[in-house]
Amino acid sequence: MESAERRITRRTFLDYLLGAGLLGLAGIVLYPLTRYLIPPKVTEVTGGSVIAAKVGELAPNSGKIFPFGGKPAILINTPDGQLRAFTAVCTHLACTVQYRPDLAHIWCACHDGHYDLRGQVISGPPPRPLEEYQVTVKGDNIIVSRKG
Amino acid sequence: MRSQTFLRNSLRHSAALRALLRAILFFVLLIVGSPSPSVAQQESCVTCHQALEGRLAAPVKGMDADVHAKRGLSCSSCHGGDPKRIGMDAMDPRAGYLGTPKPSEVPAFCGRCHSDPAYMRRYNPRIRTDQVAEYRTSVHGQRLVRGDTKVATCTSCHGVHPVRAVSDPRSPVYATNIPTTCGRCHADPAYMKGYGIPTDQLAKYKRSIHGEALLQRGNRLAPACNGCHGNHGAVPPGVESVANVCSVCHSATRDLFVKSPHKVAFDRMGLPECSTCHGNHEVARPTDEMIGTGPEAFCTRCHEPGSKGLAAAQAMRASLEALKSRLAEAETLVAKAANAGVEMSDARLTLQEAQTRLIQARNVIHSFNPKQVEAVTTEGLKFAEKGVAAGKAGLAEVQFRRRGLSIALVILVGTAILLFLKAREIERQKM
Amino acid sequence: MAEERYGTWQRWSEERLRLRAIVEFLRHKTVPIHRYSFVYYFGGITLFLFLVQVITGILLLLYYRPSADAAYESVQFIMSKVRFGWLIRSIHSWSANLMVGWVFVHMFSTFFYRAYRRPREFTWVSGALMLFLTLAFAFTGYLLPWNKLAFFATKVGTEIAGDVPLVGKYVMLLLRGGEDVTEATLSRFFGIHVAILPALATVILGIHLALVQVHGMSRPISVRAEREISFYPDFLLRDLAVWILVLALLGTLATLYPWPLGEKADPLAPAPPGIKPEWYFLFMFQTLKLLPSKIFLFEGEMVGIMAFLVGGLVLLLVPFLDVWAQREQQNRWVTTLGILAVAYLVIMTILGLALPAM
Repeated sequence: MESAERRITRRTFLDYLLGAGLLGLAGIVLYPLTRYLIPPKVTEVTGGSVIAAKVGELAPNSGKIFPFGGKPAILINTPDGQLRAFTAVCTHLACTVQYRPDLAHIWCACHDGHYDLRGQVISGPPPRPLEEYQVTVKGDNIIVSRKG
Repeated sequence: MRSQTFLRNSLRHSAALRALLRAILFFVLLIVGSPSPSVAQQESCVTCHQALEGRLAAPVKGMDADVHAKRGLSCSSCHGGDPKRIGMDAMDPRAGYLGTPKPSEVPAFCGRCHSDPAYMRRYNPRIRTDQVAEYRTSVHGQRLVRGDTKVATCTSCHGVHPVRAVSDPRSPVYATNIPTTCGRCHADPAYMKGYGIPTDQLAKYKRSIHGEALLQRGNRLAPACNGCHGNHGAVPPGVESVANVCSVCHSATRDLFVKSPHKVAFDRMGLPECSTCHGNHEVARPTDEMIGTGPEAFCTRCHEPGSKGLAAAQAMRASLEALKSRLAEAETLVAKAANAGVEMSDARLTLQEAQTRLIQARNVIHSFNPKQVEAVTTEGLKFAEKGVAAGKAGLAEVQFRRRGLSIALVILVGTAILLFLKAREIERQKM
Repeated sequence: MAEERYGTWQRWSEERLRLRAIVEFLRHKTVPIHRYSFVYYFGGITLFLFLVQVITGILLLLYYRPSADAAYESVQFIMSKVRFGWLIRSIHSWSANLMVGWVFVHMFSTFFYRAYRRPREFTWVSGALMLFLTLAFAFTGYLLPWNKLAFFATKVGTEIAGDVPLVGKYVMLLLRGGEDVTEATLSRFFGIHVAILPALATVILGIHLALVQVHGMSRPISVRAEREISFYPDFLLRDLAVWILVLALLGTLATLYPWPLGEKADPLAPAPPGIKPEWYFLFMFQTLKLLPSKIFLFEGEMVGIMAFLVGGLVLLLVPFLDVWAQREQQNRWVTTLGILAVAYLVIMTILGLALPAM
């Protein structure tokens, strides 16, 4: 009688444990799944392009650095209001270049490399021009993509 | 038609027949008073010299690739004479025949056209016409006037028959060919004997960072010999002009240097600016060991131990090292996290900024002002700190994943065991 | 009252779904227990890995983009930006590899215990078809992240298909969607991987599982069962426990050894030296490499590929070729042949791993 009772308790105990285990199992499977389903915030439109800025964010004669494919890129608005984008990695020693409103062209601070508004070398040690990217304005977004 | 071709081919293969043919041709041309129109177009210089051998035939062979010939100039354009006449008669001095110029005559010979802006404009409106004038100021030009015919003239560097355009990669003065072209004389100890200048410049240049950029990496913007010495007006830059020469490319460095206390000191001591530390032909990639008080440091050459100057050098080096070590730390952390499978591209972007500041700081050394260097490295340190934080966050993510895994493993293995027990129990009940 | 309602519900559903027969069937189905019983878990493990592939595959589809300029980046996106994306993708890759391996283990255990003998011939045939499908899944899925290794391995792999006599060129053209491996290949492989193969697999797996249920577990020749346990719930509970352990293994592998993504493929770049296919194709790759360039009058590669095709056909027809097993006899030569096949696969794979590719 007593042993039977013990067996029953043991069984119920096992059942409880098993229930808890299965519940935990459901938890550890479903938690990552639901988190996975929630879409993350995105800036990339497609693989080779990125939203670099909003229209109007960049005044004429100014520039902006943005990440593109894991490397810095620069979006410039020329003094006459044209949008252009280049890699921001200087071809000399891979410093990040910047836009100089006072000179109205792109400049690398490290060794005074100057690039014109087409990314061509004006002066200084850079050996090659900056690679130019494609700029597309779509709705409110300025989209930069690699030239095909 | 075919048999003619055959005949011509077989003739071409026989040296004896070739000589015979040449003789017959020569005679025919001499006898026939009025040559056929095609021969007239070809000019008698070409017709005859083509048929000759060795030195006398060489100019014709080279003319196909010659930039002058390509622009429609012919032998007589430079050498004078009358190509309409046949045989030796064509080389009549009364017809303006000049023949081969002596080395001392070469600059003037070429300069007849190349120093004439009105003439040159017809071929290339952008071409320079001051080369001969420049040449006369060069060491080569000045020695030539004094009767030294071993020095370089136009053709020594540009070649002759063919003279190729400078933009032709086969030209001896195409950017990447310049060092060897200058070295043909300047690296030849036998040839340079008696001039009392070293002949190791080419070897040194090849080892230099500029030589590497030009010759190994093919960067045509990197300076060759002429980048610093000038080409037509080649002279060694004087002490006072070294910095100006370097600053053609390294302007930022120069701007910092002229404002630095070194400018005054170097001027007073009569030291050339850049090359005092960096050397000339063998400019090496600068290292951080060059600044400071270590065994490889240049500062100790002039500055006394315990002086203010050495203290400044040490301070600048310390700023660099501080940024470098923090940056290295951040890079290690980021790499560790990336290896463990955490995406670290944003952190890498931050590190790139820190790296930019480090390179910038190395340049700012030339202000020889520790405060200015520190200002840049402090900015770099901020990015390095961000990188360290990102790396730590990445590693925390790895830890989070592993902790999550261990919790999951406990639940999974536990449940599996419980299921086995349950199955055994059900079985036992049945028995 | 409650019982009555339960009864009504049961009656209601039975009228429509006819489930009772299935439940009754499962309740009476038994699994023999003997010293080789552990192999009964092998098929279940394969099935579980397949289910993991289906689920994680569907999840990956939510963010994956099958185009040359977006594929690599989208996988990168999954692994870096999507919460637990690293886990899902890593599990998909690990599970794929384990599944390929386990399919072979399952097949050889079935082979050595002659489980294909009467009346289970078609269970074997459907299983062999599933093996081919699994390899096709692996081959097409491997390209989808569009990384350098996968790109060039696919190039080599489709080239091998191009050496099949007569139809080879067309097969290659059909696989690649053009003369070369391009974005068109990616589109095709994607379509094959997520639509065609799953459709085929569903049908064949359905047949395979139904046959397994109908015929029950095969008992190896001359092995006497100690006892029998019921399939439901006894065996199913154990099966479930094993599945959970496999899941634990997958989670551990995915967390501690995340599947690398590599570099993005550049179709214009020269092939990196030492390109090899994935380990499960190495035995074919290595064999073709070791063959002389000419065998009699034929090209060595072509002979090799023909041999593999014949080998595949033999594999498919094993139950009909092993006439001894049909008479409940274990033929020593069949066993030897199986051992030789295993040895061949293992040695060639090891050689493929150890030797430089070029």
